[in-house]
Amino acid sequence: MNPEELLQKNVSHQLTAEAHGHDVRVCMGAGCMSLHSDQIKSALTAQVKQHGRDKSCHVKGVGCMGLCAAGPLVSVEPQGVLYKEVTEEDAGEIIDSLNKAPVARLICPTDTPFFQNQMKIVLENCGKIDPERIEEYVNADGYIALIKALTEMTPNDVITQVMRSGLRGRGGGGYPTGLKWTTVAKADGTQKYVICNGDEGDPGAFMDRGVMEGDPHRLIEAMAIAGYAVGADTGYIFVRGEYSMSVKRLRKAIMQAERQALLGKNIFNTPFSFQIEVRIGAGAFVSGEETALIACIEGRRGVPSPRPPYPAERGLWGCPTLINNVETLANIPSIIRNGADWFSNIGTRTGKGTVVFAMTGRVQNTGLIEVPMGTPLREVIFDIGGGVPDGGTFKAVQMGGPSGGCIPEQYLDMPIDFDSLLEIGAIMGSGGMLVIDDSASMVDMAKFFMEFCRIESCGKCVPCRVGTVQMHELLIRFSEGTATERDLVLLEELCDLVRHTSLCGLGQSAPNPVLSTLRYFRHEYMAQIRPDFGANGVDTHESRSTS
Amino acid sequence: MNPGVRVKTFKIDGLDVAGREDQTVLDVATEHGIPIPTMCHLEGLTSVGACRLCLVEVVGRSRLLPACVTPVEEGMAVVTNSERLQNYRRMLLEMLFVEGNHICAVCVSNGHCELQGLAQTLGVTHVHFPYHYPDRPVDASHSRFVVDHDRCVMCTRCVRVCNEVEGAHTWDVMGNGANVRVVTDLNEAWGRSETCTGCGKCVHVCPTGALFEKGHSVAEMLKKRQFLPYLTAMRRRQ
Amino acid sequence: MKTVKSAAPSTDNRWRIVDAAMRRLGFQPHALIETLHVTQETFGFLDEDALRYIAATLGVPLSQVYGVATFYRAFTLKPKGAHHTCVVCTGTACHLKGLPEILAALEAELGLSPGGSTPDGKAALMTARCLASCGLAPAAVFDGKMVGNLTSATALKRIRQWVEHES
Repeated sequence: MNPEELLQKNVSHQLTAEAHGHDVRVCMGAGCMSLHSDQIKSALTAQVKQHGRDKSCHVKGVGCMGLCAAGPLVSVEPQGVLYKEVTEEDAGEIIDSLNKAPVARLICPTDTPFFQNQMKIVLENCGKIDPERIEEYVNADGYIALIKALTEMTPNDVITQVMRSGLRGRGGGGYPTGLKWTTVAKADGTQKYVICNGDEGDPGAFMDRGVMEGDPHRLIEAMAIAGYAVGADTGYIFVRGEYSMSVKRLRKAIMQAERQALLGKNIFNTPFSFQIEVRIGAGAFVSGEETALIACIEGRRGVPSPRPPYPAERGLWGCPTLINNVETLANIPSIIRNGADWFSNIGTRTGKGTVVFAMTGRVQNTGLIEVPMGTPLREVIFDIGGGVPDGGTFKAVQMGGPSGGCIPEQYLDMPIDFDSLLEIGAIMGSGGMLVIDDSASMVDMAKFFMEFCRIESCGKCVPCRVGTVQMHELLIRFSEGTATERDLVLLEELCDLVRHTSLCGLGQSAPNPVLSTLRYFRHEYMAQIRPDFGANGVDTHESRSTS
Repeated sequence: MNPGVRVKTFKIDGLDVAGREDQTVLDVATEHGIPIPTMCHLEGLTSVGACRLCLVEVVGRSRLLPACVTPVEEGMAVVTNSERLQNYRRMLLEMLFVEGNHICAVCVSNGHCELQGLAQTLGVTHVHFPYHYPDRPVDASHSRFVVDHDRCVMCTRCVRVCNEVEGAHTWDVMGNGANVRVVTDLNEAWGRSETCTGCGKCVHVCPTGALFEKGHSVAEMLKKRQFLPYLTAMRRRQ
Repeated sequence: MKTVKSAAPSTDNRWRIVDAAMRRLGFQPHALIETLHVTQETFGFLDEDALRYIAATLGVPLSQVYGVATFYRAFTLKPKGAHHTCVVCTGTACHLKGLPEILAALEAELGLSPGGSTPDGKAALMTARCLASCGLAPAAVFDGKMVGNLTSATALKRIRQWVEHES
């Protein structure tokens, strides 16, 4: 019996035993949970019992189904019916209708662009499998990639596949993943580590949370593959402190994987051993930065250090360390399973694969979406997103959060990828996509993000520590309409300084929201300058001597 | 020199220089008498690259690099004093002035202060950013020393010398963002610190009048730094 | 592994939970943040005794423990006073979709501002960077329960219930 069959036999036999007629899936993503989908699940379970369908119907909680705007969501398989805005009272009707026509008033149409125009790799299992059961992951071809890597491939083969796939880091920078893996693999040292960065701190981003909560085994499999490729025997998943559900699911998944000998000593009777620990963040945006993250795991203040040395050479406890973000790693099992060529055929020349966005703000279909790289923003926002609701007019889309920028209407037909976004002053960043309509002030948006950076600055380097305070204070003057023309000069001076002299990525990118709004919406800043203060006007903070 | 350490040749401001591969750009520049302003850096302590005053340009690199932590590379061309760098340095220095409450006229370190000295060297005669006027305390509970947080520039030399040289780790940094401050033990009065050995190293590495000895009046506090290279050399001999 | 163990600050059994957390990570200095998490969860805040005990047990300098405890937002050195807490999300989507109006209403109607509590001290208002429920912005957590699509009216109603119920 080969390892695949063994795994199927050990793990999935329980599923066949269940062999039920209906699968009722209740979305347990953060959005639906906040509308008490857990109570809906209990109600559905109770109804199944009441209808005496325990044997033929299985109610389960699944990860985020994507369309948070229509939550709480419930789907019924194999019919493929999706219900929206379900309440506890609807439970009886839903179960009652299992062998009849679906409940018409609750149906959420799935022939819409929101469902049809997406392409799911990272989120392929989200909303489908029960994240708390390894059986379901295995049944969805889970751990096949790990078996394939360990039994048919050398570590170098694995790296070659990742390299050839063209996968680039999804944490912000877009650094080629294969190259990072090679660096760690080639670095000197017998002890190496793999870190999965799940410190999703960007306000308005929840892609990583979707994966960690909806498909935790995917990350475990990916980390084990990464460990095998680079020669590491220990992995850490660093999870943002606020994500207690992610922590719970990941810990449970690790336990299940250990029990099935998919983690631990001599996995599949190969010489490869790998263990994973979950570490919980403590509330600091900057700890998502590589070097700060390492400090955090080491139990120190999460303050960035100058690079080089890069973590790939000298990382956790001075050892070569591979750090990849959740979304990056979530691509790995699919790449190993389907091959590099399959992956590199998706997307654009410089951006391969898909990209996950947390679409929020003034857009009809808020939620979690995944599209091929190169999809034009217009399609994402107006087709998949359904456009601006309530007769509002689209003004801009903010991408990349406090490190990103705003994209105005004229660039909406541009295909999304790393380089195209960079060119127009935004970044792929963490995948937050905030749609802004004409009711919002761009100065206010810039102020909002600068306040965030001011609060989140670690305080180590001078330009970020002082510059974010200065910029925020200036932006307050602009938003209050008390700014002067000189304030605009100061603001631009500060943007330049902070961008070019800060120590880490947080500081260097802190001016981006200001710079991009100045670039495309300068008139909004100009409108906030006090008309009675000309270029020669009296200024409230004239120069002072340095005592 | 350790065996196996290679020598790299490169250029600083057009001058051909050579340095060991374990040296930084700042080390080699200093050896050749090329001045690069520094604040958080102090020979004998680990460099942290926090003040950003020593940023230099390297031809062909888009990012500015802190000379104090940038290792030398064969063939690199370093520019230490372009107009752009001078401009940034002046602004960074201004930032140090506006975030604290620096009143030179009443300071024990007046005339011997590194912040003041840098302002003179870099030609910062005026500050064009608004002052923060933070509310910061003074702790005079120690029998011999005082910490005046108004004058602190968060260079963290005191933290490092206490940890790396004295080995007491009495000092550390608390808070984040604009609220960072150096603290002794659990942010207790310095005079009650159980871990402080009273060695005074922190006082003497402090670049400003933030840490000083009692009994000194305006402009009287002279910092003695000779102990640091001496201790470093003595320990290397052991 | 550390062999000499410092004594717990008191005979309170909850220290066993803290001890277990430190033991799990071999009493290594890198267990500091995990230990602070557990202590905070167990006692609600980190007092001086706790910090001293953890510092001594893990062999981490006092100032470093203090530095870490004050760097991260998850830790608090003061006990929480109020019976009820409302945590509003200050993420981007919530900001855009009307959080400022809700905060203004809470301030005007109940005298409740972020970081503060109602005049009677029964309800406290706190902020979170982002609750990652942007699809339902604005969102808030009322005594551990998440509420989406929040309006000024619903927020006021919920908090008024707390205040009035116990008067």
